Amino acid sequence: MFNLAQFRGGIHPAAHKDRSAALGIAAQPLPSRLYLPLRQHAGAEALPLVKEGERVLKGQLLAGSPTELSAPIHAPSSGRIVSIAPIDAPHPSGLKVNGIVLECDGEERWIDLDVPADPFAEDPLRLAQRVAEAGVVGLGGAIFPAAVKLKQGTRHEIKTVLVNGSECEPYLSCDDRLMRERAEAVVDGARLIQHILRAYSIVIAIEDNKPAALAAMRAASEPYGAIEVVAVPALYPMGSAKQLIRQVTGREVPAGGRSTDVGVLVHNAGTVYAIQQALRHGRPLISRVVTVAGGCVSNPRNVETLIGTPVQALFDTCGGLLREPQQLLLGGPMMGMLLPSTAVPVIKGATGLLALDRHEVPRNDSAPCIRCARCVDACPMGLAPLEMAARTRVDDFDGASEYGLRDCILCGCCAYVCPSHIPLVQYFQYAVGQQDERRSAARKNDYVKRLSEARAARLAEEEAAKAAAKAAKKRKTPAAAASEVSP
Amino acid sequence: MLSAILVLLLMGLLLGGGLGLAARYLAVSEENPLIKEIETLMPGSQCGQCGYPGCTAAASALVEGSAAVTCCPPGGAALAERLAELLGVPLDAGALAAPMLARIDAAECTGCTRCFRACPTDAIVGANGQIHCVLSNACTGCSKCLEACPEDCIALAPQEPTLDQWRWAKPRAA
Amino acid sequence: MSTPGIAAGPFAHDRSSVDRIMLHVCLALLPTTAWGLYLFGWPAINLWLLTCASAVVCEAICLRLLDRPLRRLLDGSALLTGWLLALTLPPWAPWWIAVGGSIFAIGIGKQLYGGVGQNVFNPAMLARVALLIAFPLQMTTWALPLPLGTPGAPDWLEGLRITFAGGALVDGLSGATALGHLQTELTLGHDAVQILDGHFSLLPAFLGYSGGSLGETSELLILLGGLWLLALRIIHWEIPLSMLLVVALLAALAHQINPQVHGGGLFHLTSGGLLLGALFIATDPVTSPISRSGRLIFGAACGGLIFVIRSWGSFPEAVAFAVLFMNALVPLIDRLCRPRAYGRNGRGKPLMAAKWTSQVKEVDKV
Repeated sequence: MFNLAQFRGGIHPAAHKDRSAALGIAAQPLPSRLYLPLRQHAGAEALPLVKEGERVLKGQLLAGSPTELSAPIHAPSSGRIVSIAPIDAPHPSGLKVNGIVLECDGEERWIDLDVPADPFAEDPLRLAQRVAEAGVVGLGGAIFPAAVKLKQGTRHEIKTVLVNGSECEPYLSCDDRLMRERAEAVVDGARLIQHILRAYSIVIAIEDNKPAALAAMRAASEPYGAIEVVAVPALYPMGSAKQLIRQVTGREVPAGGRSTDVGVLVHNAGTVYAIQQALRHGRPLISRVVTVAGGCVSNPRNVETLIGTPVQALFDTCGGLLREPQQLLLGGPMMGMLLPSTAVPVIKGATGLLALDRHEVPRNDSAPCIRCARCVDACPMGLAPLEMAARTRVDDFDGASEYGLRDCILCGCCAYVCPSHIPLVQYFQYAVGQQDERRSAARKNDYVKRLSEARAARLAEEEAAKAAAKAAKKRKTPAAAASEVSP
Repeated sequence: MLSAILVLLLMGLLLGGGLGLAARYLAVSEENPLIKEIETLMPGSQCGQCGYPGCTAAASALVEGSAAVTCCPPGGAALAERLAELLGVPLDAGALAAPMLARIDAAECTGCTRCFRACPTDAIVGANGQIHCVLSNACTGCSKCLEACPEDCIALAPQEPTLDQWRWAKPRAA
Repeated sequence: MSTPGIAAGPFAHDRSSVDRIMLHVCLALLPTTAWGLYLFGWPAINLWLLTCASAVVCEAICLRLLDRPLRRLLDGSALLTGWLLALTLPPWAPWWIAVGGSIFAIGIGKQLYGGVGQNVFNPAMLARVALLIAFPLQMTTWALPLPLGTPGAPDWLEGLRITFAGGALVDGLSGATALGHLQTELTLGHDAVQILDGHFSLLPAFLGYSGGSLGETSELLILLGGLWLLALRIIHWEIPLSMLLVVALLAALAHQINPQVHGGGLFHLTSGGLLLGALFIATDPVTSPISRSGRLIFGAACGGLIFVIRSWGSFPEAVAFAVLFMNALVPLIDRLCRPRAYGRNGRGKPLMAAKWTSQVKEVDKV
């Protein structure tokens, strides 16, 4: 039914999942302070609703979302707001972002939660609104607000809710453990999403290298009809929505379109769990499961941690670091990014924390391209990465775009197989960034232009009004003089 | 032989004369349309950072070739690229000045309102007696407010780096 | 703003490298090379060593002159170019053919274009064609197989004399290749069937006990090396398959139509450098197309050209000419044959999702 031929390209990186997947999810002890960046989602920064020094309860709303595309932030624990100021961002640049620092009081006192009695009896849009209020974003790393997808889905005909449990990134096993240990909750969450979208069926796709998760999900979905648990081949990037949709439904999402265009809505297994927690228990997204792994970690395992916990605390829970890691990564090794230090906090989109040893990191001396076309064979999007990189090298961004940059999902398959070790993904990141830069500059240019035109018009109007007033006064004066004379 | 010379001479005279007449009567009397086109691309804030009295003057200087395509800091790299493309000149990206923003020192500001009256893009907000503030998304770094400020409390500074403005660097070529 | 020196992902790699690819190709060439060296004795060994060494030295000098890092030498591409060139030379060719050919291949064929990965034409084939046109006599004087250790085979000193002193081949020691013989005899008005009956038999040609270039004699060993490369996925299957298939089909067809003039499919497959060209030369990644459809077109066109030139051209062997000709067309093929991108149709337009059908319908937005 699902033939491999539908999936073009892709790679088989070494999985490295055994050690972390073998142990159960551990609970992360409460840290003394939590660092909450105001932007842990795709849209604009959330707006703080609390003051420094204020005492807050666990689950209390700390920052509201200014737009639909943004997500609110809640207090992961009870305590006192220490400061609202720039904090270290979990980002390779080492820059700071605005954030809230919360000092935990250790009491973990929950705020009164608004728990729906029976979510299946509620209006779908109301449920979607609840998901939005709970601050749930895509936990697979995309950090797109989940409610936006749900609300969009209510406007389109959705045939299939696709739960993405493929977890194709090496090292990561957080979704695997979640599906094994909390299968009922994930299935319940999937059914709630189906209810919101009025979808016909649910497909839970799991890579065939996770037999335990497959079995657990099959057992949990047994009582309900219209849930299909399918094993998809372990192939990177199976977890990319577009690739998974093609694998499961045989259809391609049109370029520039959304998965709703082919009647599918994809949610990551972790997101589905968070949605279930929000709708069944009223709990906002304040914690998540993170895989802590890599050659430098003593006991790699999955940890359920509060959002905002410093990364160092998670490594400590896993027995600390054996050596100074060669690379410290947030996310998986394929699409993750470097962390500047272990002082940065865990954010909503953190799937994994990797402390990679020297032997796990590829050498980075690049050689000229020999056009071997391995990148073309590996590209799951059917692009020509070597041509895109050659054009980016000479800053021909339009050319690169035309050769496929516009469709690139930055999955890194091309750079993984490149025998010349060319940093292809960095070329594409650079090109995308420069295109953004140009667009925002052009936008500012237009805005400034509108402003100065408006100002010129206003000044002219004022001038005209002044002149008119003067003229009126002048007219009035002779008239007044005349009226004085006439009687 | 002679007839050939005569015919050619006559043809030369006729065609030359025709061309001369055409140049005289069919001439485009308006200014170079390229200037107009460039002007629509420019920010239009007449800020004068290019060293010309306004965007129109800068546009004609660009067409004449006396101004560099990188002369407009508010336009940034995007504008420079468009100009280079339009004028067919090579772009020296290194010559592009980093965009600057005005910043008001809140401790010194007396709220005199002179700066925001001078601002060509209404990028300064405030009221009489209140501390003024620069809107970074509208400021072009033209420094007109600096000249207007009686307290000397406005300075130009490069934009504070934020995650939104951070871009991946170009990899070093192999 | 940006921070230079911060690497973007991925932070994993399949541990492949250019030098390993080149090394594998060299290893795949080893069986046929060893056989050729055994078959043609000391002069061939001298020629092979000399070609490889001068290619590497020339590459080093060029890198130095062009101010490029010398460690590029370690990628093995120069060695491979020299090696491939040596395999296409007559085994008893004089030293200046080897050195001149290497200098032409590396200096003009590769470095003038910008070094590894930048050349339009296959450097080894470029050099071979240049030599063939400049020195037709030396390039078409084929020594007969005289394996090492057999009576009459030149010893080491004799080998040095042949390579360096330019000792002309005694008539009894030289002969024509099967393709050359066929062409000469055909021009004399003889019948192809009779010519081949007397001069060509399939099995020795396949196993490699016949006259010809240093590395092209044993089709079996070349095939072994090529299959190994295919198994390692270092070369793609499209070019060899389409190239061999087209030559075989065209030759078989022509043989059916007119056996008096044409040698037949198996004769073509086992003669000359076709197999070496199909597996090792046309598959050079730098000078072949990047998409599957492009490679199929490239291979098929190479095969067609080879058959046409062999049958009606003035040269008996055609692999080098065909490959070079198609090399020139690679940029065009790459432009026209791009892989279809996900979510787009073959012309690069986005697919349109049809709402009520299970299939994605392709509609062009004009």
